[in-house]
Amino acid sequence: MPKGLFYKTKDEIELIRESSLLVGKTLAEVAKIIKPGITTLSLDKIAEEFINDNNALPAFKGYSGFPNTLCISINSHVVHGIPSKYVLKDGDIVSVDCGVVKNGFFGDSAYTFSVGEVNPKVLNLLKITKESLYKAIEIAIVGNRLGDIGEAVQSHAEKNHCSVVRELVGHGIGRSLHEAPEVPNYGKKGSGLKLQEGLVIAIEPMINLGKKEIIHDVDGWTIRTADNLASAHFEHTIAIGKNKADILSSFEFIEEVLRKKFENAII
Amino acid sequence: MAKQSSIEQDGIILEALSNAMFRVELENGHVITAHISGKMRMHYIKILTGDKVKIEMSPYDLTKGRITYRYK
Repeated sequence: MPKGLFYKTKDEIELIRESSLLVGKTLAEVAKIIKPGITTLSLDKIAEEFINDNNALPAFKGYSGFPNTLCISINSHVVHGIPSKYVLKDGDIVSVDCGVVKNGFFGDSAYTFSVGEVNPKVLNLLKITKESLYKAIEIAIVGNRLGDIGEAVQSHAEKNHCSVVRELVGHGIGRSLHEAPEVPNYGKKGSGLKLQEGLVIAIEPMINLGKKEIIHDVDGWTIRTADNLASAHFEHTIAIGKNKADILSSFEFIEEVLRKKFENAII
Repeated sequence: MAKQSSIEQDGIILEALSNAMFRVELENGHVITAHISGKMRMHYIKILTGDKVKIEMSPYDLTKGRITYRYK
């Protein structure tokens, strides 16, 4: 059950920022080693060690029985993939979701990486999903409503002929991993909770290349697309602000690593 | 980690139990117990066996649901 709706003070938001930035750094550590030939379980191990070295605990391990630190979702997996002996290969997309709890406050962020040469349609899906996240963040200001955020993600995805997953949603975050309110990636403009300062939410668009239907996998956790086409997932933890939302997590660390990788690849 | 929100599904009423509870067969074949939502109660909307209805289900308990709409 989601915990109640709590508005956070400025100090609490700073602690959530610390946890969220740590998630960003952890994802950057994962980015450093993503390449064909590596198992998803080894990505998980590196992340767990990094989190523990930074005086924090993984938020997902033990959450409703989830066995690992990262959710690693390959290709047609949407979210909640369990790290395994699966070996990454050229052309895969890997969606890595990480959560951290430090000083009693949670941070949650996710990024979808491409491994080697990926189909241009799928690369476009990644671009659209990331753009829809940032469009949603632009709308997340005081005075707007939750439905506006959902509508922003949905319209951007559907304009580009992709579909939005309905069954899974973003969420409030702070002293627990999942708090009120639910932040769907679809919606009607002008509907839902009015956004106020102090609200900290995790917006996580999950966009499918094909149709929106999903299947729950037999392992009880992994969610797959029903038509087996690719699905991308990006997530930021943000605090609602007066004219501009405060992005508490960061992709800067990840993108720095990816830039270096790309440079080395050219050389 | 993404949160699972309530799942909306369609179903057909199999039988009426007491206390405005109904046994419903969902599209995927599952049979669940569902209760009529307060909004429908407020507007005196009656549900009979054989009606096609929209059910809202929690991801935490897949045996219970809430009837939120009766199709014509």
